[in-house]
Amino acid sequence: MSPYNQDEMLADNDTSGGNTSGIQSSFGAVESSRPAAPRGALDLPVLRERGQREVFCGLTSIVWLHRKIQDAFFLVVGSRTCAHLIQSAAGVMIFAEPRFATAIIEEKDLAGLADLDVELDRVVGQLLERRPDIRLLFLVGSCPSEVVKLDLTRAAARLSDTCKPGVRVLNYSGSGIETTFTQGEDACLVSLVPGMPATAESDPPSLIVVGALPDIVEDQFKRLFEDLGIGPVRFFPGRRASQMPPVGARTYVLLAQPYLGDTLRALEARKAVHLRAPFPFGAAGTTAWLAAAARVFGVDAARFSQVTDRGAERARRAIAPHRETLQGKSIFFFPDSQIEIPLARFVYEELEMQLTEIGSPYLNRQVLEDELRRLPPDVVLSEGQDVERQLDRCKALRPDLTVCGLGLANPLEAKGLLTKWSIELLFSPVHGYDQAGDVAELFARPIRRRDALKV
Amino acid sequence: MQLSVWTYEGPPHVGAMRIAASMTGVHYVLHAPQGDTYSDLLFTMIERNDRRPPVTYTTFQARDLGGDTAELFKRSAVSAFERFRPDVMLVGASCTAELIQDDPGGLASSLGLPIPVVPLELPSYQRKENWGAAETFYRLVRSLCQGTVPAVIAAKSAVSQQPDRRRSCNILGPASLGFRHRDDVLEITRLLGDLGVTINVIAPLGATPADICRLGEADFNVVLYPEIAGVAAKWLERTFHQPATKTVPIGVGATRDFIVEVAALAGIDPSAVLAKPSSRLPWYSRSVDSTYLTGKRVFIYGDATHAVAAARIARDELGFKVVGLGTYAREFAREIRDAAKLYGVEPLITEDYLEVERQIVELEPDLVLGTQMERHIAKRMGVACAVISAPVHVQDFPARYSPQMGFEGANVIFDTFVHPLMMGLEQHLLQMFKEDFEFHPGAAPSHLGPSHHASQAPAAQPKPEPDTEPAVAKASSAAAASAEPSLAASGILPAAQLTGAPIALVWSAAAEQELKKIPFFVRSKARRNAERFAGEHGLNLVTIETLYDAKAHYSR
Repeated sequence: MSPYNQDEMLADNDTSGGNTSGIQSSFGAVESSRPAAPRGALDLPVLRERGQREVFCGLTSIVWLHRKIQDAFFLVVGSRTCAHLIQSAAGVMIFAEPRFATAIIEEKDLAGLADLDVELDRVVGQLLERRPDIRLLFLVGSCPSEVVKLDLTRAAARLSDTCKPGVRVLNYSGSGIETTFTQGEDACLVSLVPGMPATAESDPPSLIVVGALPDIVEDQFKRLFEDLGIGPVRFFPGRRASQMPPVGARTYVLLAQPYLGDTLRALEARKAVHLRAPFPFGAAGTTAWLAAAARVFGVDAARFSQVTDRGAERARRAIAPHRETLQGKSIFFFPDSQIEIPLARFVYEELEMQLTEIGSPYLNRQVLEDELRRLPPDVVLSEGQDVERQLDRCKALRPDLTVCGLGLANPLEAKGLLTKWSIELLFSPVHGYDQAGDVAELFARPIRRRDALKV
Repeated sequence: MQLSVWTYEGPPHVGAMRIAASMTGVHYVLHAPQGDTYSDLLFTMIERNDRRPPVTYTTFQARDLGGDTAELFKRSAVSAFERFRPDVMLVGASCTAELIQDDPGGLASSLGLPIPVVPLELPSYQRKENWGAAETFYRLVRSLCQGTVPAVIAAKSAVSQQPDRRRSCNILGPASLGFRHRDDVLEITRLLGDLGVTINVIAPLGATPADICRLGEADFNVVLYPEIAGVAAKWLERTFHQPATKTVPIGVGATRDFIVEVAALAGIDPSAVLAKPSSRLPWYSRSVDSTYLTGKRVFIYGDATHAVAAARIARDELGFKVVGLGTYAREFAREIRDAAKLYGVEPLITEDYLEVERQIVELEPDLVLGTQMERHIAKRMGVACAVISAPVHVQDFPARYSPQMGFEGANVIFDTFVHPLMMGLEQHLLQMFKEDFEFHPGAAPSHLGPSHHASQAPAAQPKPEPDTEPAVAKASSAAAASAEPSLAASGILPAAQLTGAPIALVWSAAAEQELKKIPFFVRSKARRNAERFAGEHGLNLVTIETLYDAKAHYSR
């Protein structure tokens, strides 16, 4: 019996009617290896639920952002809960004095006994004195700071003026009432866009890859673009505060992550052009993603396949043993980071897994169109969450593998369901040809482990 | 506003969750924004619980704030009741919901649920996790026991007439996410059984609301963790005239004191239990191989209960010297101050991780006994360390039986405190023999015979170096000097701060050689002392003589 009640499946009104011509391309290996209906899952109704959400707030993205921008400091203006959250999520990184901290709001601040602005200035002063290496300071808003309407935009402007030269102060909100997990990165990048230099009219067309990627993955992509003759290629965010790429009318944007919708809009407002593409997970995803750039930069088909064939072949070779483990196995995604849909497409197309429900905290059709098109039309898409009901559905379906957050994993394992922690798919390098085997391995490991254990 | 890099305690509602997660039949409905659900992973990942903590979060979002968050709370409470059918419901707010002032207690009582609903007021901007746990346990005990008071007191006074009756006690305080609480409970249960005391209820760990209702029936309370059970025990004492134990049985001496205290409360003779062979700690500590432990300088920091206990063990049972004692638990500052007086040290009452780090760097202890955070500080400094207190880490839930309390706890603690120092010694021996003619890294094991030696280069005999010529013209800051772990290299202190003086200090090559012969775990201290000594005496060349002059000067 299906755990899904058809009445709850709301048809979507805004199924993109725009460009339905599909990708007519001269590049090989772009199309799905498992051709589905022509519009795939594009027209599927979406199960939208409103109940308890079991997700992180946007503050959590500080855990990888601070590692990416090496001279930035993230100061959360919030409560002890905020501090506790980041430290619980980043537990393993306690080895050094981190480049993030929390300015904990106290009773006297709320009772008006202390001037919040004065207090904030004092804390920032204390921080910068201790860390003279900091070039970029983010004041990160939280649930409490939003609710008491602490104006961090004004504070950031004031502090930018008063701080010693060389330190820029920006602000964004990572609050749970406004952002879910990876949306924290989106908000952070939006705050950086106004500070990006403008390209000159005489500049040649350029490409920006948007979304924090591990350095090693950036370097792999850099080499691929170089070999394709695409350039200049820049990555956003840059590794240092002073290395944010220029943007303008002849700047093309490739998103590396699907959760950067607001950043995309901010870049479009600066005249940048979005290159619609699937996301670079797996061999096919990576090729399609590179092809989107190759097309506008006029790379000829021969050169494209000469550059990409080798990587794609290597990816397929790395994936193959894991496909043997995963082929035909069913998989269920709880909503977590918004990369669920691209990952589902990868495990469907390249690992030949069987999709059940794909949950996502937010389904951004503008950037996911090419992904949805490649999904089979019998999948269940859900957005938002009522965790109790979703758990009921998961337990009724008993998928072979459940992708979920850390709070749910062990309780599901105790019920005999195999799980993969979704956070690992975000903290590990997963993009591009040379990580495709690693991602496949992450999905295969729980199954291999279960088979290996005799206790 | 307080700048915090790492925090030792979570917010008070996490303390409330710990009480709810300890028990069965209790459900906590928490008015909180999305994101606050992160705390579930403390239970499922750190403690490896096979069930989610019994908590329902309202997870309101910005768009709800304009609407009716109170209605959302009521809906969540009703559906949590229907789904989980608890015997008792706790209701409260996290830090953000506290600001929107929806009054979860009032809203829940308006629902007319057929179970007791206990409202929690946990001021998030003043208080922390342990306080929240203590307050929650107290509220729960009070609201469930209040109705039983006359009946329980009447029944007890009838029973008290019986001569030679076996006395009973409650064990209070063990909780979810507590440091080794799981095993402490077993150990103390066994000990109380040996004494002939009946255990009435253990709470909150493993208790049901019905068990809480029976708390008043015991003769006295054993309070294992005052941080969690202190407030409830005081109320029980006032209400049911149940005295409570004051000694926390961590260490051999404290366990013996505890036995005497319990025996007095139970009206029994402890001498048989005290005479039985107990812990291996006393003999191991007297054993000659432990001589090297004498006077080891130890820095102690943690929750008050574990820190105070560790200090007593360190000095009285292992022969260490306590050089620092601190806690993050401000509610227990007095206990730490009193203990600090005993050891003649300044108490460190702070929740500022950087302050703790500064203090450790300054005191240069041989051993750090602290939380997981101090373990990391010690690791960076290359100092031996052991974890004695929450906040907990997955490592603090070992598969083996590993209590801190009672006699077995003392055995565990002996190993825990001593092994890191032993490993330090082993490291030193390896280092010392690194340049030995026979045991250098290029040498094959001697039992394999001489032919194996032939292919190996003979150990380079270090040439005697003149003691008056400077070594290679490198700056003498510890950071630049060598690969040995130094405070500057580990990023704890800027190099300039280490050398203090602006004069360029240079080491003679021979002094550098000599320094290498000093055990690595005191080498950076020797280097610093020599440089400080040179600085104070206006010398700009450190010779072998300077090194030993400094050693004599700073000898303790």
